[in-house]
Amino acid sequence: MLTDTTFKSLQTAFQVAPQILEPAGEIIIDAQNITKIYGSGASQVFAANQVSFQIHQGEFVGLVGPSGSGKTTMLAILAALLKPTEGQVLIDGVDLGSLKENERVRFRRERIGFTFQSNNLVPFLTVQENVELMLRMNNRLTKSERQNAQALLERLGLQGRLKSLPSQLSGGQRQRVAIARSLIHNPSVVLADEPTASLDTERAYQVTQLYADLIHEQNKAGIMVTHDLRMCRYVDKLIQMKDGQVSGIFTGREEIDEAISFGVH
Amino acid sequence: MAFFLAFKEVWRNKSRFFLFSMVIALITTLVLFVAALAQGLALANRQYLDKLDANLLVFQANTDLSTLSSRLDQVDLNRISRIEGVQAAGPIGFASASIVLNEASKDLNVSIIGVDPDLPGAPPVLSGVPLFSDRSKDVVIDSDIAKQAGLQVGETFQLKSIQGIDEKLYDLRVIGITSPQQNQYAPSMFVPIQTWDRIRPQASTPNEKAPINSNVIAVKLVDPAQQDLVAQQIENSVKDVEVADIRTAINALPGYSAQQGTLQTQQAFVLLIGILVIGGFFQIQMLQKIPLIGVLKAIGIANRSVAWAVIYQIILVSTFGVIFGGLVTLGLAAGIPDVVPIQFSGATVALAISALLLIGPLGGLVSVRLAVRVEPLIALGLNS
Repeated sequence: MLTDTTFKSLQTAFQVAPQILEPAGEIIIDAQNITKIYGSGASQVFAANQVSFQIHQGEFVGLVGPSGSGKTTMLAILAALLKPTEGQVLIDGVDLGSLKENERVRFRRERIGFTFQSNNLVPFLTVQENVELMLRMNNRLTKSERQNAQALLERLGLQGRLKSLPSQLSGGQRQRVAIARSLIHNPSVVLADEPTASLDTERAYQVTQLYADLIHEQNKAGIMVTHDLRMCRYVDKLIQMKDGQVSGIFTGREEIDEAISFGVH
Repeated sequence: MAFFLAFKEVWRNKSRFFLFSMVIALITTLVLFVAALAQGLALANRQYLDKLDANLLVFQANTDLSTLSSRLDQVDLNRISRIEGVQAAGPIGFASASIVLNEASKDLNVSIIGVDPDLPGAPPVLSGVPLFSDRSKDVVIDSDIAKQAGLQVGETFQLKSIQGIDEKLYDLRVIGITSPQQNQYAPSMFVPIQTWDRIRPQASTPNEKAPINSNVIAVKLVDPAQQDLVAQQIENSVKDVEVADIRTAINALPGYSAQQGTLQTQQAFVLLIGILVIGGFFQIQMLQKIPLIGVLKAIGIANRSVAWAVIYQIILVSTFGVIFGGLVTLGLAAGIPDVVPIQFSGATVALAISALLLIGPLGGLVSVRLAVRVEPLIALGLNS
């Protein structure tokens, strides 16, 4: 259910195009010539082919492209879930390729916030426990951090749902909890894989706007993979992928809106 | 972290896990009952030999250590008694008959054990006095007979014994009561060997002048450490005898090994079924949770934590099931009639409980392996 506050902000979002924030911060994500090849010989597939881009602190980026364009593969590489065949990814100056497996797990836990398309939340944990999970995993579940989690959930309009289980929430509420979980441990990078895919349009706008607002407020580097171009009205940069390659990078409000209206897919 | 996840999942799905705990409780009850039955049947067969204050039993050769087939005479007894290292040797005769109870009750089958009052084989008493006369109508009964026949020290009763084709009744007097001393599934009464030879069931009417044969001779040693050496000396010195230690003699009791083997096999199968049931349950659970585990790994939970969460959960559910099953067993055991030979001993119960607690994690190993192998990439719908 939409709260009054979020509904008003949603209305505003429809009426007034959001402003692009200038990327003033340092480079957080630096992807250099990333290539990922699946299979070998004749069945070789280039999921990513010489992909390079940079994302700054406080920048919210939309990664778009048709199915099979390599955007999810890129997201997995940036999340230290997949090793590229070639190329280098630096996050916060750390070369992901130099990390051992247990270091990659720790890196994900400490430096990355993740929101997925589905199965986001632990079904047997309450809203509050789900958000606190990241703090618990990082051994940071103190009283003040717990209060931070509550404040963030309140900010996301979930103040009355702290003790609810995910099954008692709507799709939009569940995604908002997932957003809170992705931010609560103060990561450098927040990644979202089709976070609005299972939501109706109204809720999808609401979730994306909240996501963008929080990334800007907390000065994170955020990437949202989406197939729904309408959701990109809130991003600061649009990276278009096709056949494993970057086919276009759009910055500036006008350029992004034009890309959206032309349908960059 | 691992315990937190394990506990929360169980707590928030109480009914599902409770039902599964009940399955474990049923397996526990079954295992404990089979163990108690094995123990009870074993005791009912060997209790007298267990408590026998002797180190060796001498049997007639080529009788497969059978207490009923073996026959030894006074000459054998005298020779054995004189062997160096033997502290004392006493004859023991085994037979069975029945105590005549009042008209309303069925006769009570008992084991009649003939012993020499002063030699190994005669039991100590809890109340009254031990046997003291070679030829008398005095008997020592075990407390099971006292309870089942309602007999006390000083009371007399009639023993019914078939001799030839006649049913003979003998008047006997209780002079002492000993601890439970079951022998071959019947409570025992002890009489002097001469009395035993007269009142035991036999093919013809007893001949008072015939020499008395016992079934076995119980030997107490000066130094139990010399057991093998003295056993060898007895076999060398006395013709046509075979010597066994008490454990070997127990294992040779009719049907003892086969019965215990059968019951132990049953227990093993129930435990095996337990492993499969627990393994199956947690594996199905795990298959349903693969997408969730993928997400947890993608956000940075360590494999070690995932594995421990599965193990903690199995331990929680199994322990609850085993405790519940144990309490149910205790309750049921209290209501089981005395004729059912179940016997709960601390060691047996502890062993069964340990085995039951062990089968949980053992059965869950497959799910642990499954959980550890889940790729975090599945959270994004990708395969490695």
